[in-house]
Amino acid sequence: MSDSDKKKPNRRDFILTATTAAGAVGVGAAVWPLIDQMNPDASVKALASTEVDISSVQPGQSITVLWRGKPVFIKHRTTEEIEEARKVDLKELKHPEKDEDRAKKPEWLVTLGICTHLGCVPLTNKGDYEGGWFCPCHGSHYDTSGRIRSGPAPTNLEVPEYTFVDSNTIKIG
Amino acid sequence: MSSHEYTPSSKFGKWFNDRLPLLTLANHLTDYPTPKNLNYWWTFGGILTFCLITQIITGLVLAMHYIAHADLAFESVEHIMRDVNYGWLIRYVHANGASMFFLAVYIHIFRALYYGSYKSPREIIWIIGMLIYFLMMATAFLGYVLPWGQMSFWGATVITNLFSAIPLVGESITHWLWGGYSVDNPTLTRFFSLHYLFPFLILGLVILHIWALHVPGNNNPIGIDIKKPSNDTVPFHPYIVIKDIFALLIFLIIFAFFVFFSPNILGHSDNYIEANPLVTPAHIVPEWYLLPFYAILRSIPDKLLGVIAMFAAIFVLVILPWLDTSKVRSALFRPIYKQFYWFLVADVLILGYMGAMPAEGVYLLIARVATAYYFIHFLVILPILGRKERTLNVPLSITEPVLGGMPNPSMAKAKSDKVKINSLG
Repeated sequence: MSDSDKKKPNRRDFILTATTAAGAVGVGAAVWPLIDQMNPDASVKALASTEVDISSVQPGQSITVLWRGKPVFIKHRTTEEIEEARKVDLKELKHPEKDEDRAKKPEWLVTLGICTHLGCVPLTNKGDYEGGWFCPCHGSHYDTSGRIRSGPAPTNLEVPEYTFVDSNTIKIG
Repeated sequence: MSSHEYTPSSKFGKWFNDRLPLLTLANHLTDYPTPKNLNYWWTFGGILTFCLITQIITGLVLAMHYIAHADLAFESVEHIMRDVNYGWLIRYVHANGASMFFLAVYIHIFRALYYGSYKSPREIIWIIGMLIYFLMMATAFLGYVLPWGQMSFWGATVITNLFSAIPLVGESITHWLWGGYSVDNPTLTRFFSLHYLFPFLILGLVILHIWALHVPGNNNPIGIDIKKPSNDTVPFHPYIVIKDIFALLIFLIIFAFFVFFSPNILGHSDNYIEANPLVTPAHIVPEWYLLPFYAILRSIPDKLLGVIAMFAAIFVLVILPWLDTSKVRSALFRPIYKQFYWFLVADVLILGYMGAMPAEGVYLLIARVATAYYFIHFLVILPILGRKERTLNVPLSITEPVLGGMPNPSMAKAKSDKVKINSLG
């Protein structure tokens, strides 16, 4: 082949490029199932929501349930605790959120039981804040609304999606 | 000695070797010319090969009894310990074998750092070595999850959560790694599969590592290029083989001490409590061999930057051949580098200690200084030192310092005669 032939793509080059492109798409299509099989499967997704009976939880009590393999705190707050949570000045907070925005019904607080620092499970009714949480790993203190008040955690305890199916049942997820 | 001229003596050997030159390979490996001044720090390559084979064999056997299921894994490990014939021994060898493997690999790496074994023309050996090291850490982490104890579970949670620090796709990646919304059964089964795969990838890389080594040949304590074969070399077999076996036996005494007298001292007692997603152990610590990296991770206050710093700590090692600008390999002839080398050793040990301590107060401060120094050593000190340092005179051959610069044939001959007599006697 002379130099001038090299510059101009001929029909063979076209076939080569087209074959390579089709091959690449084929390989991609073959590899995708191998990658996607690792994503959460149908049985895991089927458990993506969980219903909890809260009728036996007395005021001041807190229960921990598993949702998607993660602990969720459901706390039945006393009127004093609600008052305490609502009168806090937002300026004092590291991650300012109103208690009204965190609890759909003021007496029920639902949060993920996962410290926002490094993922440990905080201890209920421990720490500097009455009715709050304390993470033993690196010393984060949360108040009775699950908001971070002191320690290394960057944000408040996460509030998962939940709804009240009826007055005695919460559906998380 | 010259392997390229090798022809098998038997007729069948010749016939076979013409079709598959395995005998040529065997001859190359036995006659392979090795620098005659290799010290005991050079025996860890053989020790590491032994460690890898031990881990593969014991692992293969453990997999016959272990059940990779979140409900059964913990019990099946206890079943191995109590019911399976010699199960306790095989598991303790496997668990302590991982620690021994890392002990040997750290000595092997620091030997390379001291004698400049990573420098031209051995960069590819070094990079493959770093890939092996990285895969070893991944394999060890995956394996530690399998007993499904508290440390397994929470270690897996913390380490996989590192990927959630990646912006935008972080959460999807962690869900993909977990096969769910938290560490659970799908995570355990895939970790088992990968823990089974990785050692064979390591084995493949080890073969490439040795192949790449046999192109330029071994570095040596004085770090000079030598003529091969020559007065400066001895054949690999029997000289190096015997020395490696002797070193391996000493190593095995230490190994056996851990297995038989303190099999759990390197582990964590929390891992004898079954995994519980509702309760976090008060103090999560990785295995000892990962502690320096854990210290680097925690010393950075930002989650994403911490993860980047941790991976960067490995990456600076990969590009080390281009960071160290000195043409002289061995620290024996680099008086200033020699001091910085020991500073680095101390720095890594300090990082390891800080990784085991809670990340607060004075510990955190020391960990931050040590992290900064780690990067300064590789990114600032080494590039500058290579240009500024006044190195000592490097001998022309291994024999030269002994014979005063003038090869004395009569001495060399006398020595080789003696060897002959010994071998006859």
